[in-house]
Amino acid sequence: MSNTIRKLENTLERRDVLKLLGLGTVAAATGSIVSGEALATPDSAAKLISKLSGTSSYKSGKITLKMPEIAENGATVPLTVRVDSPMTASSYVKSIHLAADKNPRSEVASFHLTPASGKAEVSTRMRLAKTQNVIAVAVMSDGSVHRVSRLVKVTIGGCGG
Amino acid sequence: MARKPRIKLPKSVNKGQVVQIKTLIPHKMETGQRKNKKGGKIPRFIINKVEAVFNGKPVVTADLHPAISANPYFAFYARIDESGTFKFVWTDDKGGKVTTSKKVTAN
Repeated sequence: MSNTIRKLENTLERRDVLKLLGLGTVAAATGSIVSGEALATPDSAAKLISKLSGTSSYKSGKITLKMPEIAENGATVPLTVRVDSPMTASSYVKSIHLAADKNPRSEVASFHLTPASGKAEVSTRMRLAKTQNVIAVAVMSDGSVHRVSRLVKVTIGGCGG
Repeated sequence: MARKPRIKLPKSVNKGQVVQIKTLIPHKMETGQRKNKKGGKIPRFIINKVEAVFNGKPVVTADLHPAISANPYFAFYARIDESGTFKFVWTDDKGGKVTTSKKVTAN
């Protein structure tokens, strides 16, 4: 079968070949990897973050986003957000918002914490369609917003599943 | 959605101790971006909310979007001042809920 593909590739564009094979087993196997178009932009991610945090002036520092520099598999990239806060009733982190700027959608997750959290740190795993910036902001109980972003390089995208 | 979530949480802690709680629930987290063999979109179906409540008081809630990986893992911290029960609730797009509880003793 691979011989046939090679012959076809001489005359046809790669996408035509894939189309021809659309009903075959190759497509069935790879179909789940083909992801949708990347619709989010750095602009839409910034808008989302400012909508979620209710401001567009951010402070830096106090917040760290731990992610691998290079993610081999974009389907599951571990991340940890840590915010430097005493987490007492008078001073705590209200929420942490995450956004990605080149995924199909900018939204990733929002975490709402309370003083009962004890420590402002959350971990999860996210999908990354391609190499992009991940942005995290922390909304503090005094209203200030701290922001951090990190560029993560992705070898295999993961938004198609 | 009947599969069991996994929770990692110590059974007994010192009063006032801050502990990490790890949660994971099996779920495919269908993004709504994928297409089936006929080219139609597979509808979005994800867990969009995780809540942790201790003795009736909310500790942390998470709003999840399709960008969260399949089998969503969520770890966070909690300060435990008294013995009690942690309740975890996962809600999916169709309104389905999975609830589980864990007891903790504070000495």
